[in-house]
Amino acid sequence: MCTQSLLLLGDEAVARAALDAGISGVYAYPGTPSTEITEYIQQDPDAIARNVHRQWCANEKTAMEEALGMSYAGKRALVCMKHVGLNVAADPFVNSAITGVGGGLVVAVADDPSMHSSQNEQDSRFYARFAYIPLLEPSTQQEAYEMVRAAFDYSEQLRLPIVVRLVTRLAHSRADVCPTPPRPENPLAPASEPSRWVLLPVHARKNWDVLTRRWPEITAASQSLPWNRFFPGPDRRLGIVAAGIAFNYLHECFPVGIPFPILKIGHYPISPTFLDTMKTAADKWLCLEEGAPFLEEQLRGPFSTPLFPIRGRLDRTLPRTGELNPDLVAKALGLNPREGPPVPRLVPPRPPSLCRRCPHADTYDFIRDVMDNYPHGRIFSDIGCYTLGALPPHNAIHTCVDMGAAITMAKGAADAGLYPSLAVIGDSTFAHSGLTGLLDAVAENSPITILILDNETTGMTGGQDSLARGRIESIVTGLGVAPDHVAVVTPLPRFRQENAQRLRAEIAYRGVSVLIARRPCIQIRKSS
Amino acid sequence: MHYDMIIAGVGGQGILSISALIGRAALTRGWHLKQSEVHGMAQRGGAVQSHLRLSDRPIHSDLIPRGRALLILATEPLEALRYLPWLDPEKGWLVANEEPVRNMAAYPDPTTLYAAIRAFPRYFLFNADTLARQLQAPRAANVAMLGAASPRLPFEPETLEAAIAAQFARKGDSVVQSNLAVFRAARKEALRTPISLAP
Ligand SMILES: Cc1ncc(C[n+]2csc(CCOP(=O)(O)OP(=O)(O)O)c2C)c(N)n1
Repeated sequence: MCTQSLLLLGDEAVARAALDAGISGVYAYPGTPSTEITEYIQQDPDAIARNVHRQWCANEKTAMEEALGMSYAGKRALVCMKHVGLNVAADPFVNSAITGVGGGLVVAVADDPSMHSSQNEQDSRFYARFAYIPLLEPSTQQEAYEMVRAAFDYSEQLRLPIVVRLVTRLAHSRADVCPTPPRPENPLAPASEPSRWVLLPVHARKNWDVLTRRWPEITAASQSLPWNRFFPGPDRRLGIVAAGIAFNYLHECFPVGIPFPILKIGHYPISPTFLDTMKTAADKWLCLEEGAPFLEEQLRGPFSTPLFPIRGRLDRTLPRTGELNPDLVAKALGLNPREGPPVPRLVPPRPPSLCRRCPHADTYDFIRDVMDNYPHGRIFSDIGCYTLGALPPHNAIHTCVDMGAAITMAKGAADAGLYPSLAVIGDSTFAHSGLTGLLDAVAENSPITILILDNETTGMTGGQDSLARGRIESIVTGLGVAPDHVAVVTPLPRFRQENAQRLRAEIAYRGVSVLIARRPCIQIRKSS
Repeated sequence: MHYDMIIAGVGGQGILSISALIGRAALTRGWHLKQSEVHGMAQRGGAVQSHLRLSDRPIHSDLIPRGRALLILATEPLEALRYLPWLDPEKGWLVANEEPVRNMAAYPDPTTLYAAIRAFPRYFLFNADTLARQLQAPRAANVAMLGAASPRLPFEPETLEAAIAAQFARKGDSVVQSNLAVFRAARKEALRTPISLAP
């Protein structure tokens, strides 16, 4: 019985564990479903008293690099991001396996199967495998706590970063968690081996060779860790591989015990001895994993000629895409799921929408007033609340791809001759990935008109401080946009005509102009 | 003891405050709890739900399987109908707020929604916002919903009242008292309404 059990989201369990493991800093850019990890640390009295670094970073790449710097200095650091954040952080992430780490370095990545709040459902296990970085995947909030505690020791033992992979349903589900006694922070102890840390080809080749030689050893040694476990079962007609939270859904289907042998996966890479066990324990295997058919493809082998029959997402025993749930798992096991009453036909979907009196709505109003006269013009948008401008009644944007792509895609389209080419980007997204693209546009004086929607916060993820706040004009002019073509407008209905006029004038100018539509998010105004 | 329920509403209505109150109560009973929440995009005025599972034994899935929820507590009438496939067809209760949130063009005529809710054998439909306003606590509609659902929940009312008192303690005694008054009034209302029988 736990004496001090806490009610924590999966995200918060990661945060609590990292604090108890003695981190000296968390480095992150917000992103659903990972945001609450950093927010927990920002509000934790213990973190505040210890002065653990807990400010938001400009983006996931800067976060990963700052954490690597802290690790270089000997201290423990946590980096958090959503799955697509790992694309942005990929360069330092992959190379951190070549340098290795000093103080323990844990990268908590939250995947979003079914894309509840994302533009794709990429699976971070591919990244970890690609980079030769071990990955832990918890199935419960308690395991998230235990794995993150262990991951810091493991990281220091292997001198490698460790990934902890969460998925939305674990990140955003609360359960009782029993913590263990905290450990002090590491002392300052900067690394001093340039051959590890200076990745000149002459060093990097050696490090890379060492890493590839160590990988089979790491794989074999993982067998003695508690995260991958074989549970024998009497009914050998079917064996079940259950990774991460899929293990819970499996148990949900068999309240009084599972008759089949189970291989529970929580650590990647997986020791090959488990493959021998699988060969003898059951005639065929069902793969239950959240996200991509990652294990399933490996078990099938490159030419889909597996050692034993494999069922899973690839043969559509389970849906190929989207998240799992207890009903899908029950169906895959041939069990008859229960069903409640049907949803009456009169129930329409209720998609998210911009809040009433949202400044973005007023911005889209004056943009449309102007752009309705340019049927061949395009509005390249970006990621944030303002992406909801794609939906009725606004119908105001043509693209949304990845953070920062508004400015760069507008420039590329202008290069191709498209006119007018507009970019619409939020203030936090601009800080994240807009600056470098703007520099490209300035360098060629591209004929594009950029609207920075400055609601003075990171609205989509719940109102975190935007690093661009109070600095946008100086950033924009500092990068070289002509001051005559930088203007601040106030998106309010009473300025609609005036704002439209200004936009028309900037579109007529065949160079880079930036309009900053500034009005605070009504959500932050409400809460302050 | 095992109790599964879904709390449904619209992003911005603060349905997590209801889950938090029930979570508090569950912890005082020493029960296990799993509470799946919606954060992110859908919170911007979209349909949101929270799966809440209470048990005296360890709980496996964070999500409730279909046909298992003993209660759908909806802070909005349209949202009351969205998760019906999760409701236990033999024992499940539908407790819903009448007050519509019309942030979409295709919002159906509310009377058709009320009729669909009343078609269920076990339901309680009332206006939580009106009740909260009448008791001079306009922000306590969610506590009214909890009060209305309380006769169906596996708690003594005192346990829930203690959770309310603890949750609002920071805001001072008068806020605690007004929330308790709303809770009790809604509970009374729900107990007074006879259980309807299927038509
Ligand atoms: C690489 C990456 N990191 C993080 C996110 C999550 N995310 C989406 S939009 C957004 C911020 C939006 O803030 P802002 O640009 O200020 O627009 P607002 O929502 O305030 O309108 C974040 C953090 C993402 N989609 N991709």
